[in-house]
Amino acid sequence: MYPKSFFYTKTHEYVKVEGKTGYIGLTHFAQDQLGDIVFAELPEVGRELKQGETFGVVESVKAVSDCYSPVSGKVIKVNQAVIDTPETLNKDPHGEGWMVAVEIADKGELGNLMTGDEYEAFPKEPH
Amino acid sequence: MDGLKKTPLYETHIKYGGKIIDFAGWALPVQFTSILEEHHLTRKGVTIFDVSDMGELDIRGPGSLEMLEKLLVNNISKGYPGRVIYSPMCNPEGGCVDDLMVCCLGPEHYMLVINAGNIEKDFNWVKGVAKPWPGVKITNESSATAEVAVQGPLSEAAVQTITKAPLADLKYYHLYRDVDVAGINTMFARTGYTGEDGFEIYCTPEEAPKLWDAIVEAGKPFGLQPAGLGCRDTLRFEASMPLWGQEMDDTHGPIEAGLRRFVYFKKPDFIGREALWKKHKEGTDVRLVGFEMVGRGIARTGYPILKDGEKVGCVTTGSYAPTLDKNLGMGFVKTALTELDTEFDVEIRGRGIRAKVVKMPFYKRGAEE
Repeated sequence: MYPKSFFYTKTHEYVKVEGKTGYIGLTHFAQDQLGDIVFAELPEVGRELKQGETFGVVESVKAVSDCYSPVSGKVIKVNQAVIDTPETLNKDPHGEGWMVAVEIADKGELGNLMTGDEYEAFPKEPH
Repeated sequence: MDGLKKTPLYETHIKYGGKIIDFAGWALPVQFTSILEEHHLTRKGVTIFDVSDMGELDIRGPGSLEMLEKLLVNNISKGYPGRVIYSPMCNPEGGCVDDLMVCCLGPEHYMLVINAGNIEKDFNWVKGVAKPWPGVKITNESSATAEVAVQGPLSEAAVQTITKAPLADLKYYHLYRDVDVAGINTMFARTGYTGEDGFEIYCTPEEAPKLWDAIVEAGKPFGLQPAGLGCRDTLRFEASMPLWGQEMDDTHGPIEAGLRRFVYFKKPDFIGREALWKKHKEGTDVRLVGFEMVGRGIARTGYPILKDGEKVGCVTTGSYAPTLDKNLGMGFVKTALTELDTEFDVEIRGRGIRAKVVKMPFYKRGAEE
């Protein structure tokens, strides 16, 4: 379910690392808990994010949820597809549903995150 | 979900894969598959909801009609056995104690269907109002009554397969008593809270699971699926039906909420008459409006409404409207800002996002075809 190469937060975001670039999104568990996502607000390109900082907001029919950045870094791309069709976040959370790409400031921070195996085992309480 | 009240259909919801949430102290399913899917299916097909959390007060005995005419703002005397009447129930200040359905069951015999969160409050209120009528007997039947709602354009076709009652002859806001459905004695009202055709069906708690299963089975050829509270709210919101606690409360009554048509001023005396007449004649500080988001954002209950940076109101309900594919809202704003196309801002996460006043109801059955 959860790609082994990704890194995960306890708040159910992931970062997929490709060289210096980190693709950030919500985990399958997060989208499943939220239900049908109908709105996404993403940061502007160029914004400097700190690890753990709110980088966006997603809204399902019933709930509003902040998204926290798994790593520090500068936003270099936002995924227009999730703004235009927020259901992409439900349909393919770990693929087409990535939200922002950042230039990772410090790969050492990845050590604060869970691996795929750890996240798989991480107790996920419905909220 | 410990400590929550359970409806007689709780186990059924688990069996059907409902996602259970705490809804005002009740363990009820917010969805079975997806709020959007269930919403669309109710508009185009048919769904079944558990609404057993609703309260029921049985009112009977000499003086019942006279008491109800005092208690409620609508015209109850137009009722006859088999009729259903919607009415706000007001306090002397013209605010709303609750809004409810009056089911006319027989001469001097009625059932009030009230909101789940207000059962104890309403029961005490009604008993208080009824004191001058010693012949009127009021019983709280809430825990002895289960209720399911079958909603959507295919409701009649789906349910007709398991009852001999001539459903085509049952008009909107009318009811049949003693309807046999799959061997279960029920009461059938052609009412609902979705903006679609449909039925609200009452039975005993013991028989509710059997009734539910029978309807689901009969509905299969029609694509019937169970639906949860999530879409119940988006459906009633699109149809601009008020929810007590949001569009009405102790201080915001039917005049503020734009429900003047349910206040029967021709009655000489009812609770709140004087205050309501004054509000009607002189106007109120705030009025309920419908609005559409012009900027990007979804208004949510409680968000402030601003004009030129100053607070002029508050969102009562806001949501993505699935059938209309728009972000819409309802809210109380200063009366001067309620004209169509008036623009104001909704404060979303600290920023004012533009919205404009649009007509309610947002959605009307049959209007699109």
